[in-house]
Amino acid sequence: MPAKTPVNDTPVIEMRGITKRFLDNVANDQIDFTLRAGEICALLGENGAGKTTLMNILFGYYSFDEGSIAIRGEEVALASPKDAIANGIGMIHQHFTLVPTQTVLENIVIGTKDEKRFFLNLKGAHKKLLDIQEQFGLHVDPDARVWTLSIGQQQKVEILKALYRNSSVLIMDEPTAVLAPQETVDLFKTLRVLAEQGRSVIFISHKLHEVMEISDRVVVLRNGRVVNQKRTADTDVKELANMMVGREVLERIERKAVEPGEPVLEISDLTVLNDKGLEAVKKFSLTVRRGEILGIAGVSGNGQTELCEVLFGVRNVETGTVRIGGEPLRLGHPLSSVRSGLARIPEDRIYMGLLMDMTVEDNLQLENHWTERFAKNGLRRFDEIAANSQTLITDYSIKTDGKDAPAKSLSGGNLQKVILARELSSEPEVVLASQPTRGLDVGATEYIRQRMVEEKVRGAGVVLVSDDLDEVMGLSDRIIVMYEGEIMGEVVGSGADREQIGLWMTGVGS
Amino acid sequence: MTRIQLVKRAPLTGWYRVLLPVLAVVTTLVLSAIPILIAGGNLWQSYYYLFYGALGTRFNLLETFVKASPLIFTGLAVAFAFRAKFWNIGAEGQLAAGAIVATWIGISGGGAPAIVLLPAIMIGGFLAGGAWAAVPALLKTKLNVDDVVSTLLLNFVILHIMGALLFGPLQKEGASWPISEEIVEAARYPILLARSRFHLGIPLAFVAILVIWFINSKTVFGYRSRAVGVNIRAARYGGINTTSVILRTALISGGLAGLAGVGEVAAIQYHLLSDLSPGYGYTGIVIAMLGNLHPVGVGLAAIFFSIINVGSQTMSRMTGVPSYISGVIEGMALIVMLIFLLMNEYKVRVVRK
Repeated sequence: MPAKTPVNDTPVIEMRGITKRFLDNVANDQIDFTLRAGEICALLGENGAGKTTLMNILFGYYSFDEGSIAIRGEEVALASPKDAIANGIGMIHQHFTLVPTQTVLENIVIGTKDEKRFFLNLKGAHKKLLDIQEQFGLHVDPDARVWTLSIGQQQKVEILKALYRNSSVLIMDEPTAVLAPQETVDLFKTLRVLAEQGRSVIFISHKLHEVMEISDRVVVLRNGRVVNQKRTADTDVKELANMMVGREVLERIERKAVEPGEPVLEISDLTVLNDKGLEAVKKFSLTVRRGEILGIAGVSGNGQTELCEVLFGVRNVETGTVRIGGEPLRLGHPLSSVRSGLARIPEDRIYMGLLMDMTVEDNLQLENHWTERFAKNGLRRFDEIAANSQTLITDYSIKTDGKDAPAKSLSGGNLQKVILARELSSEPEVVLASQPTRGLDVGATEYIRQRMVEEKVRGAGVVLVSDDLDEVMGLSDRIIVMYEGEIMGEVVGSGADREQIGLWMTGVGS
Repeated sequence: MTRIQLVKRAPLTGWYRVLLPVLAVVTTLVLSAIPILIAGGNLWQSYYYLFYGALGTRFNLLETFVKASPLIFTGLAVAFAFRAKFWNIGAEGQLAAGAIVATWIGISGGGAPAIVLLPAIMIGGFLAGGAWAAVPALLKTKLNVDDVVSTLLLNFVILHIMGALLFGPLQKEGASWPISEEIVEAARYPILLARSRFHLGIPLAFVAILVIWFINSKTVFGYRSRAVGVNIRAARYGGINTTSVILRTALISGGLAGLAGVGEVAAIQYHLLSDLSPGYGYTGIVIAMLGNLHPVGVGLAAIFFSIINVGSQTMSRMTGVPSYISGVIEGMALIVMLIFLLMNEYKVRVVRK
């Protein structure tokens, strides 16, 4: 037991001995967690380490089996998020919970006292909101419709929503996963202001550099337990990575030089519209050769997503052609992309790449269930299918209860391995990986990066689209930067200058 | 203050899923005691006659199967469509489409032998039901029209078409009410067991259960329709022609409902009349849900409903409890099953403050 603390130094939150079991699975095992006023505490751990479970308990989503929670020294029962909010806890999820067609103010007022009469008390709310904006330097137009806002601004709305409810503790679940570098800088500024004014922040993240930059203290979870906690000033990235995965992490994947071969992916004059009918990709041309990794860097929203969707076959083009291995690709036709020798690793793996309510095996079969190997006369060949699933699960070390386990029972890293297994086992000519490690833990990230290099060595042309500049710079033989649908600049990977790339990303030409 | 909350939990699998409908039926019967007691019935006597009436004698037992046959077809129709998230609320109309075409072939079949006419009315009825279901499927895939609304509303369209036919070209000569000529002898489903109405459509229904089970679990198409149902975006991304899957699903679903209509004409009524179906298409939705969208479950649910239906007649005669109680029990079964399905994914937590 920790020594008794003086009354004026009572922790805002004190969770003691929290244990949470899901059936046989212990998600949280005797976790002690404290948070003080004005503190930014990072919660670090791989996927499945129990961070989100712990925070869902604190926010009243889950009950717990053992332990207790005290807020400002008083033991509380948090039966629902409502109770948590009443106790001054706010949670900002990775996926925002805003109503796109409503205004910022309406979104903020929803569910508060100001809304609970027949007519909204928007005038009073408007003033209160402006006061809060002033106090914390968080400026978003209260009358703007949410769908018109950038992701970074929407996140501000979420923070304002919590502050409007007078939250003194903000739980932020991987807040930077969706942000551009500049937006991350803004967010960190905001978090510091919050801390200065005595609010506390719990910052859930995988990104070690960010944790080092923003937090005062780091709590590391592994397999549902707290393995260590330290003042951020007393530790470094290497040590944190070690604590997190319990082994030495290769900070950098060996790049492995390969002599690039003939062109295998040729994109010429591609013009693509986005969902709003605006040109997202403009007269875009690109050639990728066998045995090279081409990195596409850029702030998200500069046409990378639309470019990938065209190659995946799920978006039509205005003009332009694509050749894979010399053969023209029929655009806007997913099956053609499947058959073209292109491995597709989509950014939106849960909603586009996977059938979460089906089994691991069903997911491995998505693109080849109809092939001669797995079907004959419209009947599925279950012996072949099962053998193939077993092989892939072993080869790609997918952690699952078996081929018949539902996909949704797998962790994020293992879901991505399911996609890799499905895509790479056919020895594709081109690998297009869009944000392949986003939201994944260190172990899975390392594995996936390693696989990208192996594909290149095997002789595939690899296109790596990523918001993570370290990833792009660490892996690519050649880097292009996309800005507003065009190539802003190109540089050879080994000679890449971070500052130059950063300038290109923000639209500053050389 | 006490509050009741639903908390998500890991869904139970394996045997519990099989037990779920059984538990639902038992719970339904326990709860049904309340309306039976309110109606003044003696509980044990009522239940005795309910089951005796449905299963107690050879004739009643076979009659239970006769009633189950159309319910199996419409239940399968709905379950097959729902699995691919094609929300077919229109089995009632597809049944009517099947019945109309079966009648038309059956009347105009002339001297053709049964070996020609029987397949003809079955195939004709299947295609008619399928075509009627393909209309909303096309509207859904091409124009993004909501299938719940379009399948439902098309029921009323086909029922009016049927009415017009029964007062027009299909009306029996000299009749003043909406009824058609009788279909010829050779177009009627043969009775398979003497001294009963146990007809060809009953084994056919059980064959349909097997066929649908086979399609669902063994074929490429079954995989695709499930993928479309689970996540249509991912299915399309994976190269599956989702439009084709939905259209074929609609065709088979509507065809099954059409076969229910064929059976009613060819084995029970021998002619078309406006109140051919006492809502088999709508009951099919309930049965599909009760059967958890699984073909075998649908078969069992249809037989259960049939037992309640047939048995309630005897119960009513012997105990004075009105036979309307069957509707109450059926409704209760649906609600109980839906609650059980919900409880499979959530648990109830009572919070006291």
